[in-house]
Amino acid sequence: MLREGHEVSCLDEDPESHARLEVGLEKGWEDLGGHFTVGAGLETEALEAAGIDRADAFIASTDGDNTNIVIAQIAQRRYGVPTVIARILDPLRAEWYERQGLHTVCPTRVAINMLESAVREGVPRGGAPGGGDPAQAA
Amino acid sequence: MYILVVGAGKVGWNLARELLDKDHEVTVIESNRRRYLMVEQELEHNVSYGDASELWVLERAGIQRADMVIAVTGDDEDNMLICQVAREKYEVDRIIARINNPRNKPHFDLLGIKPSVSATDLILRLLEHEVPEYGLVHLLDLQEEQLEIIEMLLGKDSGVTGRRVGDLEMPEGSLLISVLRSGKGFVPGPDTVLEAGDEVLAVLDPGNEEQLKVLFGPAQNGVGSDG
Repeated sequence: MLREGHEVSCLDEDPESHARLEVGLEKGWEDLGGHFTVGAGLETEALEAAGIDRADAFIASTDGDNTNIVIAQIAQRRYGVPTVIARILDPLRAEWYERQGLHTVCPTRVAINMLESAVREGVPRGGAPGGGDPAQAA
Repeated sequence: MYILVVGAGKVGWNLARELLDKDHEVTVIESNRRRYLMVEQELEHNVSYGDASELWVLERAGIQRADMVIAVTGDDEDNMLICQVAREKYEVDRIIARINNPRNKPHFDLLGIKPSVSATDLILRLLEHEVPEYGLVHLLDLQEEQLEIIEMLLGKDSGVTGRRVGDLEMPEGSLLISVLRSGKGFVPGPDTVLEAGDEVLAVLDPGNEEQLKVLFGPAQNGVGSDG
């Protein structure tokens, strides 16, 4: 998103993760206009330091579902960020929060769908949909 | 009453014990296998193993018919979200959440998780009560009703000692409801004269504390104290 000319600000508890941002970049993260703040997503000071007040979009994608759901709701309700997306691994809760008006992305659901279609494509016969025409190939 | 307690730490375990003693039906949910096995030896079928953040774990524990959900895990996000789904998805009437880090209190409020209880806050309240320098002690906060009851100890230098209650310039939205003197409490009338060492109770709209502090605190510019 940074490459496309958007202004991107990352917040992470681990100062070391800054290095990961620069992997594959020709210049430094900050040189390209990126921001990086060290802090916890539940700390409003850290969110504000990262510029949540003027954000057009907010993505909560820490490795904890609960943290993401809480922070996303804070971004939505307290800071009124127009576009808020939360990563939720648990498909049941992703579904429920989606219905509550939170935009969610569920990597588990995506992986299940991909694996499922990979299996269907790989099945040699039995007429699985989306897998070309296995009967003819045989 | 059927009560779901989430988290079988010290708080959850003892809470469950008390509630069972009071003949409530209780299920405690614990996600740590070792802790679960330990607690299970005593509470037996009243403990359930699993991560209560997951909806199916809550459902297996019978959240649909729970009258109350109490979330007392050591993780604030967990407590918030468990209470949020309990109320909004499963329509549980009563919820109580534990706050581990008092700085997270605004988040609980933002998500409408009420009441929330913080041990740090409780100790601070006690501290206020035990250490008179704090001046003003909150006895009761009724957030929904927008009312609070406070207690203040009148020092020797208080601006209101020796004055009639009827003559006090009480801020609008506040009322003196009781005076504790030499271990006895009474309801003051307009002719009651306040003395140093009195503990006064007042009911007020939130936000009036500062005005009361000034009124009942040390006399300023020589006003009042000699009557």
